[in-house]
Amino acid sequence: MATKILTEHINVPGIETFDVYRKQGGYTAVEKALKTMTPEAVVEEVKKAGVRGRGGAGFPMGMKWSFLAKPEGVPRYLVCNADESEPGTFKDHYLMKNIPHLLIEGMIISSFALGANKSFIYVRGELMYVIHILEKAIAEAKAKGFLGKNILGSGYDLELVVQPGGGAYICGEETALLESLEGKRGNPRNKPPFPAVKGLYQSPTVVNNVESIATTAWIVNNGGDAYAGIGIGRSTGTKLISASGHINKPGVYEIELGVPVEDFIYADEWCGGIRPGHKFKALVAGGSSVPILPANLALTLANGEKRLMSYESLSDGGFATGTMLGSGGFIVFDETSCIVRNTWNFSRFYHHESCGQCSPCREGTGWMEKVLHRIEHGHGHQHDIDLLVDVARKIEGNTICPLGDAAAWPVASAIRHFRDEFMWHITNPQEATQPGAVYRGEMALV
Amino acid sequence: MEETKPQLLRVTIDGIQVEVEPGTTILQAARKIGPEVAPPAMCYYQPLKGSGGKCRACLVRVAAGSEKDPRPMPKLVASCLTPVQDGMIVENKTNPQVIDARNGVVEFLLLNHPLDCPVCDQAGECDLQNFAFDHGKATTRYEEDRRTFEKNDLGPYIQLHMTRCILCYRCVYTADQITNKRVHGVLNRGDASEISTYIEKAIDNDFSGNVIDVCPVGALTDKTYRFKNRVWFTKPVDAHRDCPTCSGKVTLWYRGDEVIRVTARKNEWSEVTEFICNTCRFETKKTSDWTIEGPTKVSRASVISANKYRADAIKPSFGQRLAAAEYKPIHDERDTTQLSIQQLPPERFAKLPSAES
Amino acid sequence: MTTESKPTIQFTPERLAKVQEIIARYPEGKQKSALLPLLHLLQEQEGWTSPEGMDYVASLLNIEPIEVYEVASFYTMYHLQPVGKHVIEYCRTGPCCLMGGEEVYAHLKQRLGIDTGQTTVDGQFTLKEVECLAACGMGPVFQIREKYYMHLTNERVDEIIDELSK
Repeated sequence: MATKILTEHINVPGIETFDVYRKQGGYTAVEKALKTMTPEAVVEEVKKAGVRGRGGAGFPMGMKWSFLAKPEGVPRYLVCNADESEPGTFKDHYLMKNIPHLLIEGMIISSFALGANKSFIYVRGELMYVIHILEKAIAEAKAKGFLGKNILGSGYDLELVVQPGGGAYICGEETALLESLEGKRGNPRNKPPFPAVKGLYQSPTVVNNVESIATTAWIVNNGGDAYAGIGIGRSTGTKLISASGHINKPGVYEIELGVPVEDFIYADEWCGGIRPGHKFKALVAGGSSVPILPANLALTLANGEKRLMSYESLSDGGFATGTMLGSGGFIVFDETSCIVRNTWNFSRFYHHESCGQCSPCREGTGWMEKVLHRIEHGHGHQHDIDLLVDVARKIEGNTICPLGDAAAWPVASAIRHFRDEFMWHITNPQEATQPGAVYRGEMALV
Repeated sequence: MEETKPQLLRVTIDGIQVEVEPGTTILQAARKIGPEVAPPAMCYYQPLKGSGGKCRACLVRVAAGSEKDPRPMPKLVASCLTPVQDGMIVENKTNPQVIDARNGVVEFLLLNHPLDCPVCDQAGECDLQNFAFDHGKATTRYEEDRRTFEKNDLGPYIQLHMTRCILCYRCVYTADQITNKRVHGVLNRGDASEISTYIEKAIDNDFSGNVIDVCPVGALTDKTYRFKNRVWFTKPVDAHRDCPTCSGKVTLWYRGDEVIRVTARKNEWSEVTEFICNTCRFETKKTSDWTIEGPTKVSRASVISANKYRADAIKPSFGQRLAAAEYKPIHDERDTTQLSIQQLPPERFAKLPSAES
Repeated sequence: MTTESKPTIQFTPERLAKVQEIIARYPEGKQKSALLPLLHLLQEQEGWTSPEGMDYVASLLNIEPIEVYEVASFYTMYHLQPVGKHVIEYCRTGPCCLMGGEEVYAHLKQRLGIDTGQTTVDGQFTLKEVECLAACGMGPVFQIREKYYMHLTNERVDEIIDELSK
């Protein structure tokens, strides 16, 4: 039985209530941290655990914490990023809805470690019902003395605020999130300064993903070394994977990092295989932003070894043959899916979600969407393919925030691996625009 | 060059060394060298706090971060916001990647621009026109419809042409920092963003006219000067008056003996040095109202003095050309495990191990 | 459209108490942070985010109305036009489309006789197209107010519409 760090008790009836959660061993980590550990010791355990940011960037959480500036007399903030909006990703939604106290316990531990006395959970506004669940859980925790003044007699005070977003993917970018939390448009900030120095209200701030923060309860209880012992290499611990698309069992799965991609797709424990009668065509492994891979490269590295569900293995091969673990939004495509249509769909998403602040992203995302729309609807030209790659290249790396890269990669990778399919759309517009028409040319289906 | 003071930072831009105060940005350091080296700036505006970082026209490559840590920065950086470090080496015009990115920015900015320069009052003193002259192409790869907007009336003095706007946010910062109340802002998002008051409202306060001067393009123009003339047919003259509201230091734009426009004075980077009030700008157009100081200094390279664009007008000095020619770009030792389209090998993915069944 | 003098919109006493509670969450002088929550509150009461309502919110937070317009128009959840009784916000993003979303939404439009962005003549339903709702494994998905409707099929859509039309 694989280790479950976050979801072990998620199916226990009533786990969303304080009492049931407590009965399952909940809040023992808060007791341990506040009564027996110093904030520095907590940071040290998180560092040892090697847990990497679960929102998508994969930056080591302990290191991020250690960058936090600590000037005298200036408040520090912890902000939980629960703006989960990356297409293909729904794990934080699942976690917060089902086991809200796990996040709250993590927030208390993390806030204590960072010396924050007011912490925020920024939840995308669409999840208003989850906000109510969290607010209820916070009220319970407060009534039991785990939040508020002088928690458990430790002298430590903490107030938790749940903040709703207003509907903007870009607010998942940490500085856009801070702007939004300040009541402004979600325009990402130019960096430096980084939030660790000047974040919320210009004070030192750490922004962490829901899943990252939720791991801290287990880490405090079991130690950073135990956490680091799970997983593979620098991909320590477990990861929630949101599985969707043409598989038998879509849903959220907690895996130990290092599981082969093939096992994750085909084993009954997880996705349960491609839906009956169909073949595996392509994979988006970490949310819509990451490069799409054809089936053979999704399962196997360029050197023939099995590809694993880990940060390193998924990105093996760089842009040429690799992808990224990202946020763990695992979208599986079978042979009935049209890559051109899907690329246009993703492109439309980024066009819609660009904040419009910097010119390459504001103009480039719209341009790519329009060209892809043309190709999908039978009005493409052969030179459009190279045009798209060139536009993607001129956006990539040249924007204020990573949304530019996120918009460029799906387009450039789809063309890289499925160029024939794009060509087929351009050279056979009548056929390609028939309802349900899909390219059936040569490709590696599994 | 003055003697080296220990507190100054040395930075090399395109092979030319310059010494600057700590806290200086790369763009300001380059401006210190001169207009031949200074990166273009479409949104950055020194007098306005918080401006910059948006247009990406001023991107440069930092080939060496500092003396202490000579590693290159992984991405191109906005020179307007990046402070220099001692021993920093910057590649501006000597780096093809930078030029390529800038060409890209011009192309992006022009995608939805109406290119109506022949009827635009800004023509001849337009930052976008200058930028396009340096980095643009005569043709477009854009086949799609251009973006259009509903008309928005900002009152008796200011004409808004939203189609020309490049969303630099300068007018928003101006309203925030120079006037007592902001009634316009950036609405909507992405490429639907627009400068607007939302509910039709005149921008009405003593200093509102300054948004016209800060606008890098013809999006905000002076209604009292609308279609009156082309800027290269006018003669700018510096003048002042005793004004109870502002400094009263202006530039008068003459056609014959008639003052057809009043603006604030601009420095060689087209930045207003002292903002002026609406009375001076819109209501004081008789020569007798003013004390004339003399002709405004206009750069030889400017369309205003040359009546046309001159590719030969800004010439780097011999020393600068020599430095650039001798400068060898520092090899980009990019981490190739990093994911990037830029590292795409030329051949496309052909047949790799197949797990076909 | 006049926005001068007294606001034509007032929060109910319960909501006004909630407004005070929300503003108190943030540090002194940072009351602008309450803007997004207050706009949600406004829309909950009024059904949409009207210019009068935005001016009212600006006055509660002591900020300029343009600061509210800028924010409200940036985020997609605030309806800047009047909407029907039930606003159906359906997810058009990749994973939902893979699960047959496009067919289901076509059926939805046909069933209501309106296109996206429109409201039925009887004022019952407004259709809005939105991006990913973070329920990709349960697609196709739409949302009506706070409620998620998942695993949609044509039959399920008919049931939901029938239920809401009662």
